[in-house]
Amino acid sequence: MSYPDDVRYTAEHEWARLERGLVTIGVTSYATEQLGDVVFVELPEIGRKLESMKPFGVVEAVKTVSDLFAPIAGEVAEVNTALADNPALVNQAPFGDGWMIRIKPADPTAVQKLMSSEEYSRMIEEHA
Amino acid sequence: MSESSLRRTPLYDAHLKAGARMVPFGGWEMPVQYTGIVEEHRKVRSRVGLFDVSHMGEFEVDGPGALDAVQRLTTNDAAALEVGQLQYSLLCYPDGGIVDDATVYRLGPEHFMVTVNASNIDKDWAWVTEQAPDARWRNESAATGLIAVQGPRAEALVNRLADRDVTAIGYFRFARGAVGGVSALISRSGYTGEDGFELYFDVKDAAAVWEGVMKAGAPYGIEAVGLGARDTLRLEMGYMLYGNDIDDSTNPLEAGIGWTVKLDRGDFIGRDALLRIKQEGLTRRLVGITADGRRVPRHEMVVEAGGRPVGQVTSGTFSPTLERAIAMAYVERGSAALDTALDVVSGSTRIPARVCKKPFHTGGSHK
Repeated sequence: MSYPDDVRYTAEHEWARLERGLVTIGVTSYATEQLGDVVFVELPEIGRKLESMKPFGVVEAVKTVSDLFAPIAGEVAEVNTALADNPALVNQAPFGDGWMIRIKPADPTAVQKLMSSEEYSRMIEEHA
Repeated sequence: MSESSLRRTPLYDAHLKAGARMVPFGGWEMPVQYTGIVEEHRKVRSRVGLFDVSHMGEFEVDGPGALDAVQRLTTNDAAALEVGQLQYSLLCYPDGGIVDDATVYRLGPEHFMVTVNASNIDKDWAWVTEQAPDARWRNESAATGLIAVQGPRAEALVNRLADRDVTAIGYFRFARGAVGGVSALISRSGYTGEDGFELYFDVKDAAAVWEGVMKAGAPYGIEAVGLGARDTLRLEMGYMLYGNDIDDSTNPLEAGIGWTVKLDRGDFIGRDALLRIKQEGLTRRLVGITADGRRVPRHEMVVEAGGRPVGQVTSGTFSPTLERAIAMAYVERGSAALDTALDVVSGSTRIPARVCKKPFHTGGSHK
């Protein structure tokens, strides 16, 4: 399995993409396969300050529930409101329309310190 | 349990071929989903789905004393069964705790089949042979394949494949016949709330039956269905899952399945205790609850009423049919009344919920 190389990854299966000063955050296709059908996503308020690797939300799937962890520190600038009506977007396009939040990063260079797609793939293979 | 010690059904290869995601379940490696739980669930409610339940156990008992053995071991009244009829029943311990839930088939006047949960096969086998040692028991679990065809289109599909008129088989009745050329016990029963059949056959025929049903089912919109949707379908109906909703620490009366316990038909294991529990009154009840938001109450979460713990969730899921969270929970009697406001608590999360009627889903096609 391969993962997009325009984003960086965490061991908790989130991805982060730096674009125009903001960092978009979502969960990986590996995460959505493990979760199964997503039925609800609880996201933070705009303006909330997130700490690195602390929970910022929750994904409810039919069979299981999972916390969402902030890949880096920052302030929530935008949330994907489309997920309220259509949480299945997370399954359908985890790296696209199923994104979760955009944050103003405390340190924009922190993104580059996350795992590359190659490192993430290797981690998945080693755990599979 | 390590992956290598997991047991596989004869349909393991068929599941992999169909793209199933396999997971450990009760000591077995089983398909949890193929296309997705919600889609599979909806196929069963609207069309027809095919389940591999070959992991379940089948014990047969026959010869003189077979009826007595079943009557001693189970709580329902097997003597009331006609040959060709089955019933939902329980095996209980002397204290009224539940060994397992089961279906009891009357194959002949002194010939029964007891279908038990996969995760309990070894425990149940030891129990029945210890408690009724004079009866002639056979553990047919490994030799028996079992699939379930469930949904409003199941009757038309199975009828097309069978060498007999299956529309004449009433609900919770069964007949012998051939399905797709394979000799089978055709049982009109299931665990979904929909009309359907459970087909028992020789394990060597499993792949042929599975492929035959999938092929013939294509025009009916059939889809293979995994354990994930099996669980959401049964939970919408308020059906028990052993290990979640019932176990050796729960009794049938508080679980709301007292209708399977026939206290007036003579002695059975657990009867004295259940009579006493009935006389003394229940301390808690298994109730249905619905949650107001979309956060889902899950197994083992604590239930509070007015800030005080009053019980625990046994099973919970997002209901694809109702599109909201549903769950079952044991709660103290004082909090068990319909519409009682509850909170389901997990860490810092509080899920507002309310006691509701079971089944959660009404209007299924089962007859």
